[in-house]
Order: sequence, then structure tokens, then C-alpha cells
Amino acid sequence: MSCNILFAGFGGQGILFAGKFVAYKGLLENKQVSWLPSYGPEMRGGTANCSVIVSDEPIGSPIVSNPDVLVAMNLPSLDRYENEVVSGGKIFVDSTLISRKVERTDVDVYYIPATEIANEKGISTLANMIITGKLLKEVPSLGFDGIDAPLAKVVSARHQDLLEVNKTALKLGYDY
Amino acid sequence: MKGNEAIAEAAIRAGCMHYFGYPITPQTEIAAYMAKRMPKIGGVFLQAESEIAAVNMVLGVAATGKRVMTSSSSPGVSLKSEGISYLAGSDLPALIVNVQRGGPGLGGIQPSQSDYFQAVKGGSHGDFKKIVLAPSSVQEMASLTSTAFDLADKYRMPAMILADGTMGQMMEPVELPEPNAKSFDKPWALTGTKGERKHNIVNSLYLKPEELEKTNFERYERYKEIEENEVLYEEYLMEDAEICVVSFGITARVAKNAIVEARAKGIKVGMIRPITLWPFPNKALRAAADKCKAFISVEMNMGQMMEDVQLAIECKKPVYLCNRVGGMIPSPEEVLAKIESVNEGGDK
Repeated sequence: MSCNILFAGFGGQGILFAGKFVAYKGLLENKQVSWLPSYGPEMRGGTANCSVIVSDEPIGSPIVSNPDVLVAMNLPSLDRYENEVVSGGKIFVDSTLISRKVERTDVDVYYIPATEIANEKGISTLANMIITGKLLKEVPSLGFDGIDAPLAKVVSARHQDLLEVNKTALKLGYDY
Repeated sequence: MKGNEAIAEAAIRAGCMHYFGYPITPQTEIAAYMAKRMPKIGGVFLQAESEIAAVNMVLGVAATGKRVMTSSSSPGVSLKSEGISYLAGSDLPALIVNVQRGGPGLGGIQPSQSDYFQAVKGGSHGDFKKIVLAPSSVQEMASLTSTAFDLADKYRMPAMILADGTMGQMMEPVELPEPNAKSFDKPWALTGTKGERKHNIVNSLYLKPEELEKTNFERYERYKEIEENEVLYEEYLMEDAEICVVSFGITARVAKNAIVEARAKGIKVGMIRPITLWPFPNKALRAAADKCKAFISVEMNMGQMMEDVQLAIECKKPVYLCNRVGGMIPSPEEVLAKIESVNEGGDK
């Protein structure tokens, strides 16, 4: 069983961070994992995406070109990758930033106004984790249990005070 | 752990206490890691004013017999070429890491394998080789770093890790090698005579052609020994293979996916993955040439390794090229399509 996930958006949205969290969660559950970022030279803006594979088997290519799961956090990402998702796959859409609907009919689509929820709750930088909360709920092979340990791994040592708010964001997505 | 960080930590565990570098994407995490760790363990991290300065600092430390390294990416490695030739000419062990990006010129910042020739054919002036290791996983980024230091010390010559942007940037679980600074006798090192021995000379200048010729011949005797004893490669599903894919680094992993799919379609295909690019697995390829009907070289350049495959098998069988360049990575589907077309008779 292998789950190939593509997180895509623009730089500064925490695309790489969300991917890292999911990869670490798999690692701590003794699964095979890989995380591969792809981004431009900009710190903010520009396109950013990352390939995450969580698998029971050793991983061959770490590049996800046909994802089982696509997390699209801006319109160019949805335009670019919608047709690459495997049939029967899942697409998670930040519906605050993407006003159009997914055209495919052979995939499950989840619309979450992640950026709007994040702004309302005063955690505007955590739309990435809200949408990831929903992802963990809807992709059974990932699951929501055991989020604490991987969070502690990916939140840097000097920002450990942000652990709780990350957890809150994940739960907001889970409950949406 | 990121591939770049795995190299840095493995180097420290191999007893490398000196790092000199200059930042360049996509290898900067190596320098960043060293900057953080070296001061804590009493080592030296120095960001030089240029790549050229950095490689010459490496030469200085190498002359004292200490383990030392530098790292860069393609354009930066071109700048280091002069120093690498001097290291080879002075018979000094050192590790140079190249996390390749697209070229030529400043190129781009996405992954590439287009420095293959530069790495395995010398890459700078003079007759010389360096040991070139091509990791295909974050695990190998760590373990081959240890191997590189050992081989460099054993044969008194520079060694290179030839990785690419994907290997440097990706994260995978890794088991780090145990701290192990194998000790090699280095009677040639400049450690101070303390008035007890004749002074050593480390130098690459020989004005008498007879002497310079002798050093070249001796060096190539050593290279022969390395070609005999130090070849590393992986064979994958080669027992009954009729088509042999040859690929290294990240493209070998893409090719593996394609081979699994091709096997599911009943195509007898396997892979030889060179781990040492120099010395190249010539014997294994020659043996495969007796059994296989065709070869496919999968790489991210315009067919540089393909030429070494042709040389290794003495052009006994056709060698086809499956490549993407400029920062593009071939997809498993592209490799599969090539395997299928070669299986049906080839499309050279």
C-alpha cells in the first residue's frame, strides 16, 4: 500500500512544511517515506510543491507525477495538476483561494476554505495545516491519530511554543 | 534527513573536521549544517571568498594528512577544477561533493547529471582520475561519504560524490554510519619534522620531464589497482534480462519503477546501476552484453554515460538513450515507453 501525495501552492504558504509533517508522521509509524521539494529561488511567492510518498514497501522514484492525493492551495496548482491525479484519487482544494470547481468526475473532491478559516481564527499562516487536518481525516492510510510526535519534529526547536496552535489548525481541518 | 545533511553528518562521523565552501543552490544545506556543527566539536567551518579559495584551503589541510572536504554545485565545481587537478598532481586525499544542477553556464537550479564527463574524465588539465561515487538514496549519500574518505586515503587521491539536486534536497529515513575514522598511515603528511625526520615535500611541479613522466606512470598503476578492486554497482533483476537499463543516481530510481511496470507486462528487463562511476563497472556490463539484446542508458544529460556503456560493451549491442536535461527529470512512463519501443525492435 503506497500513498503518493502532491502538495502544491505558492512559496510562503507552508507547502513544504505540511509535506514534511505528513512524511514524519509516516516515518514515526514505521512506514517507508520520502519527501522531495521543488521550488524556485524565491523565499515567498513563486510556485512551491512537494512530493510525499508514504508506503509499506521500499520507495522507488520519490517523484510524484500522478498523485493519489493532490492538495491544491492556489489556482495555478489546480490547473497544472488536476488532470495528473489518478482515477479514484482525492483532491483537496483551498476554496478561499480557488474559486473554480474541479472538473474531473472520477475523483473525490474536498473543498475547504482553509485560508478563510485561518484568518477568522487569527492563525493566518496555518491554512496549510487546516487543509492537512482534513487530509488526514479523509485518507484512511494516513489517519489523524498520533499527530503530536511528528509535529514536535517538524516545528523547529525555537518555535516549540507554536505546537499547540498547529494542533488547533489540524483539528479545525479535521472537524470541518 | 535531507540528502545534503546526510553527507555533512556522515563526513563528520568519518573524522572530517575541516570544511571549506562557498554557497550555491542546491547544496547549501551541507555548508549550513557544517556551520552549525563544526564549532561545537572543535572543527573548522570556513566560508571562503570564492570556490577557488575554498578548494585551495582544502589542498592545504589535505597536505597535513587531515580529512577535509568541500562541496558545491556545477558552476562552482568548474571553479574548483584547477584545485582538483593540483590535489591529484600532489597525490592528496580529499572529498569534493558536487550536487549537480542544470548547465552549461549558470544553467538553472533544478537537478541534472550533466557534469558526468567533468567528474569521470578528469575535468581539469593533466592526466588524472578521481574516484567518483553516485548515491541513489539519502542512505547512500551518508554511507558513500564514508566510503569516499576511506578510498581517498587508501589511494592518496581526490574522491568525488556526484549527486544531483534531487538527492540533495529530498528527505528519507537514514541510518547514519557509526563514527569511524579508519586510520591510514600517512608518512607523506606535513606534520612538522620535530627535528626527527627528513622534511616531506607535497608538490605538483616537476620541471624534469623524466620525473613528471614517472609520477604519471606510477599514478596510473594505482588507477589500475582501483579498477580491479573498487568497482561498486547494483544489479537489479538481471538474471534473465534481455534488455539492460544502465542508470545512476535519481534516474536509477525512476528506472526501477519503470522496470517493475515493464516486468508486469512480461518484458524481461533489468538494470545495472553503477555506484562508482569511476571506476566504471565495465566487466559487469561486458557480461551483460553477452546475454542481453540491447541497452538503455537513462540519464539527465545528452548521453554522456551512454558513451562509457558503449566503450564497456565494445559496441557489441545497441545502446539507446532515454534522457531529459536542463533540470527536467524523466518520468517512469517515459522510461517505460522507451523500454517497450526497444523491446519491439528499437528506435535509435
